Amino acid sequence: MKTLIDIPAMPQAAGLSWRRALTRVLTAVSWAVVLIGAVAVLIPILWMVGTSLRTEADLFADPAQLWPSRPTFGGYQRVWSELPFVRLAVNSVVFALGTTLLLILFDSMAAYGLARLQFPGRRIVFWLVIATLMIPFQVTLLPAFELVHRLGWLNTYHGLIVPRMASAFGIFLLRQFFITLPRELDEAALIDGASRWQIYSRIAMPLAGPALAALFVIHFMNLWNDFLWPLVMTNDPEMRTLPAGLTLFTGQHVDDHAVVMAGAVISLSPLALAFLVAQKYFVRGIATTGLK
Amino acid sequence: MLPALLVLGVFVIHPIGRTIWISLHDWSLSGRNTTWVGLDNYRELAGDDRFWNAVKVTFIYTSFAVVVQTALGLALAYRLRHTTRLTKIARSAYFFPTVAALATMGLVWRFMLDPQIGLVNGWIESASFAPPAWLRDTTWALPSIIAVGIWKNIGFTMIIIIAAMQNVPVELEEAASIDGANAWQRFWHIIVPSIRPGLLFVSVINTIASLQMFDLVFTMTRGGPLFTTETLVTYMYERGFRDFRFGYAAAISWVLFIIVMIFSIVQLRVFRHEDAH
Repeated sequence: MKTLIDIPAMPQAAGLSWRRALTRVLTAVSWAVVLIGAVAVLIPILWMVGTSLRTEADLFADPAQLWPSRPTFGGYQRVWSELPFVRLAVNSVVFALGTTLLLILFDSMAAYGLARLQFPGRRIVFWLVIATLMIPFQVTLLPAFELVHRLGWLNTYHGLIVPRMASAFGIFLLRQFFITLPRELDEAALIDGASRWQIYSRIAMPLAGPALAALFVIHFMNLWNDFLWPLVMTNDPEMRTLPAGLTLFTGQHVDDHAVVMAGAVISLSPLALAFLVAQKYFVRGIATTGLK
Repeated sequence: MLPALLVLGVFVIHPIGRTIWISLHDWSLSGRNTTWVGLDNYRELAGDDRFWNAVKVTFIYTSFAVVVQTALGLALAYRLRHTTRLTKIARSAYFFPTVAALATMGLVWRFMLDPQIGLVNGWIESASFAPPAWLRDTTWALPSIIAVGIWKNIGFTMIIIIAAMQNVPVELEEAASIDGANAWQRFWHIIVPSIRPGLLFVSVINTIASLQMFDLVFTMTRGGPLFTTETLVTYMYERGFRDFRFGYAAAISWVLFIIVMIFSIVQLRVFRHEDAH
């Protein structure tokens, strides 16, 4: 017993402490890398804000400067006159907000129907919804464009909104939520004389609050940031949304970098503010839905 | 529930069949000059160098973006998986670019990588090195776009992996630690196997999204220089909405659809197979 403890103890302890020291150093280094990285990923954002506050001459004189020594607000003044910026912003709000609200309404109705109503072909409908989840958006783009064109809806708000106001993902997610609600709730309400519509709007929807909030955040963010869809569905500069408008005006009509960056800062600011205030909805929404 | 299904039916399900139909025609929007051409569009694709180049670029973009993102995301998630004030701030920083529009960030990066006014070259030059003209350089344009894509999406990947890691019972790790497993062993033998579904999920999503890359390429290079950054979707856009060759563009999008399907099925299979062992 005694020998077992005494003899091998010394060299092993020395080896262990050496290893432990190495592990500690590595851990410290990895922490440093991760934290420096966290600052580094924000450099482009900082530079975007910094450049929006610089004059063209200043920018060309010293491109290595992250933040201007003498900030000017020229970019923010001219962005309104050099671009139809008010229009772009209004279009973005109408498109993103309008579509998101309609999406949530229609998706939740469909989801409730699939979760609770008995009707022939329910399984088939559900599987069709699942199947559409797997289809890349680009595959439907050409025929969707053709349809919108035939309807004469190009360059209109309804052309932008109507084809996007249902999402298979939203239906799927909300259906999964609605089937977890106890059926007794519905049955009790039915006995009390409530209609299906009342059960949906007064009972199911309020209970789905957190799921709806997550969906709202994700859909709004995606639509606000959407590029290809508004790019294809509009060719009138007055009907473009912010990302598409900014990109197309840059280089063609607007050469001033401060103006473009001011536009970029303004178009990012609603989402950035929402993110700072309600970060947990973004993170939770994305972590639970896997949408981005 | 009717409205939603109607919208899905009219604007999603119907168009898929329609895409095949269009791809079998020399299609014009007005419908007047539309003629049936059978598989001619696909035959032309098979001999179209620009198409094969777009396939190659798409695959290069996807493989680098997905592998690097998963590896970095895993490393970041491991370091930041416990919730403290410091890790919360670091996570928010990594996550922030996810919130911004990809197209707008493409624009910002196009300026940042500009040889005259860009910060990147400004810094490299002030360290007295001679940097390339990134997006105008045939060698560097694609790697630059890949790097920006990773920057934009790393926070998303990290968040999904952290969510998966937080579901791993702490006792598992503690037990392994008592049994003498070091941090590296615990990471590979306890954490990674436990979060396999999360890793699968995030890599499938990232693969599918990368195969459809459009916004960054369109805003940063428009596919240039010399088509070195042209992806399948940008090529489809050029053919469909610049040249108005709808039939041909439809054939490209149908090829994309098949590639996306194959990849998601293969990826699911591989992971399921590994799980069985």
